[in-house]
Amino acid sequence: MSNTIIKVEDLGKSYLIGHERRQGYVALRDIVAKNTGKFLKGIQNAFSGKQLMGGQEIEEFWALKDINLEIKQGDAVGIIGRNGAGKSTLLKLLSRITEPTKGRIELNGRVASLLEVGTGFHPELSGRENIFLNGAILGMSRTEIKSKFDEIVDFSGVEKFLDTPVKYYSSGMYVRLAFAVAAHLEPEILIVDEVLAVGDAEFQKKCLGKMDDVTKAGRTVIFVSHDLSAITTLTQKTILLNKGTISYFGDTHIAIDKYVNQTNHLSAAYTNVPGGIIPTVTAVKLITSEGQTLQACGKSLSVTIDIHMPAGREGMALAIQIFNQNNSAVVFNWLFDSETPFCRANGKNTLTLTYKELNLYKGNYFLKVHLAETNNSREKFCEFDCCNFEVEMINQKAPEWGWQNNVCQYMEKANWEIL
Amino acid sequence: MQLIIEPGRTEKNYWKDLWRYRELFYILAWRDVKVRYKQTVIGALWSIIRPLLTMLVFTIIFSRIAKLPTDGTIPYSILVYAAMLPWQFFSTALTESSNSLVTNSSLISKVYFPRLIIPASAVIASFVDFLISFIILFALMIYYHYMPPLQILLLPVFLIFVFLTSFSLGLYLTAVNVKYRDFRYIIPFIVQFGLYVSPVGFSSNVIPTKWRLLYDLNPMVGVIDGFRWCICGDRFTQQTLISMGFSLVITLVTLIFGIYYFRKTEKTFADII
Repeated sequence: MSNTIIKVEDLGKSYLIGHERRQGYVALRDIVAKNTGKFLKGIQNAFSGKQLMGGQEIEEFWALKDINLEIKQGDAVGIIGRNGAGKSTLLKLLSRITEPTKGRIELNGRVASLLEVGTGFHPELSGRENIFLNGAILGMSRTEIKSKFDEIVDFSGVEKFLDTPVKYYSSGMYVRLAFAVAAHLEPEILIVDEVLAVGDAEFQKKCLGKMDDVTKAGRTVIFVSHDLSAITTLTQKTILLNKGTISYFGDTHIAIDKYVNQTNHLSAAYTNVPGGIIPTVTAVKLITSEGQTLQACGKSLSVTIDIHMPAGREGMALAIQIFNQNNSAVVFNWLFDSETPFCRANGKNTLTLTYKELNLYKGNYFLKVHLAETNNSREKFCEFDCCNFEVEMINQKAPEWGWQNNVCQYMEKANWEIL
Repeated sequence: MQLIIEPGRTEKNYWKDLWRYRELFYILAWRDVKVRYKQTVIGALWSIIRPLLTMLVFTIIFSRIAKLPTDGTIPYSILVYAAMLPWQFFSTALTESSNSLVTNSSLISKVYFPRLIIPASAVIASFVDFLISFIILFALMIYYHYMPPLQILLLPVFLIFVFLTSFSLGLYLTAVNVKYRDFRYIIPFIVQFGLYVSPVGFSSNVIPTKWRLLYDLNPMVGVIDGFRWCICGDRFTQQTLISMGFSLVITLVTLIFGIYYFRKTEKTFADII
């Protein structure tokens, strides 16, 4: 046997959606009511000579189909995709929470899943009791938990409150304790879903470190997250799901590139129609140094924004963020009416934002535009992503090893001094 | 360890898994017991007080007010309490287990383990309550200077019996309750109705022969008669044997069918819960 630890063949999962499924569960009264209705309708139809129609319209929806995968032992594999692409369904199938409709999964090791931190924590029980409870739920034996108890407590940093019911814990403490239990599981395959979204930065770092250790110890980690930078740091390979199928499986950087291209079909310009009574951003246009969507590092970039005001107002606020492909904001600029009056006129108002020297490192970026009012209603009018652009290192002296991907986000001029 | 997941595959290692997860089983039962009386002032005393109060009500209404005859010399309180014990367990077990999956829905939709553990641990938690309420029985025996017959040594057999009866029916109701949530409204009714058709406030001997067969269809009849026989020394007639036989057969059939039905629906629990 090779060191393939997970093998998935032709996997598919379908759900029946229809009138029956809408409530999640079926109430007996519905069945009685429905069948009575059907029965009456049947009689009615029989009397009127119509043909009897049987059954109810139920649609089959494939949440996941034709999935073929092979994951090797010790791999850290990320799963990305838009909402509804089938990420959580795949995890649920791998962790046996639900059964596939077709296909087959071969797992060569114990699987533990952290689908939600703190699953099964009971608020009335103390931290100590919950460690045992949660450990057992995750599949640890009592002796196993006992032997790791001190380590778990240490990692979580809640030793002072060990005998307090967890309902009195802050959400941070709660998460820390829960992750600590899970992190000390020793399964061959660890499935992690969005656990890092919570907790403070320091704790997140600790979690990432712990997961890194897990893979170094030869275990396999499958990690689902919206946080692309966490995916990049943690995994080498990534599965990109799209509408229930795998659209790419391989190198994480490539997968993320594809994902970004898939999600943003945005061009350098954005247009919108003025919307009724609320202020609208009708156009956002980039003027890049090299034309189109290409921008040179260190050159100037301008953004022209058209705002349609049904009636001029005071107290408008506009903000522009530049995001990198990992969905992290790298640049932020704002404009407040209280400092610089704008949008006071009816109809179209145009403004320009110029970055004299945009020192972003090479990569893909996009803008996020926020328009709001800060005076009275503090109303948010709109917030949207637009204007993809690509930064290249043009006419810049390359370092000896060339311009590598992802070495930084931002270039800053600085002087070396040799002492 | 290799594991293969395929649709419709009746996993061969289901029972092995159940064994592997036995600690979860134990810890969930422990949690249910522990949590049940949290935030109550008198805690576990509730498991004594509930059957005690019911017994008092029965004694006062049936014995003092209605002046129902008792056969033999056994104090009516003991007669009622001997039946009240298994009945109370049966009804709590049924209620608790049928709701158990729904109240643990977050677990079910997040982690895999043999789902059988959930209703089973709910039944076990009720069983702990049941054992605690035996204290009252002993107190009553001491109070009335009552010496139980020798067959009380067979009581453990009936403990297992009542456990199986409650578990088998509970299992079935649990599975049904996940799919059809209306069942949670029906269960209290079943429990209440059951109290009147089970020999709790009366003795099985008062049932006319022509109704006997119908009466015996209630599996709790044989169980309660068994408890009475052990504790109160009721005569062990042919009829008692028939009732017990009926109970045993019905329990086993429900158990097999309950497990089968539960296993069949179990796979979809995470999807519909």
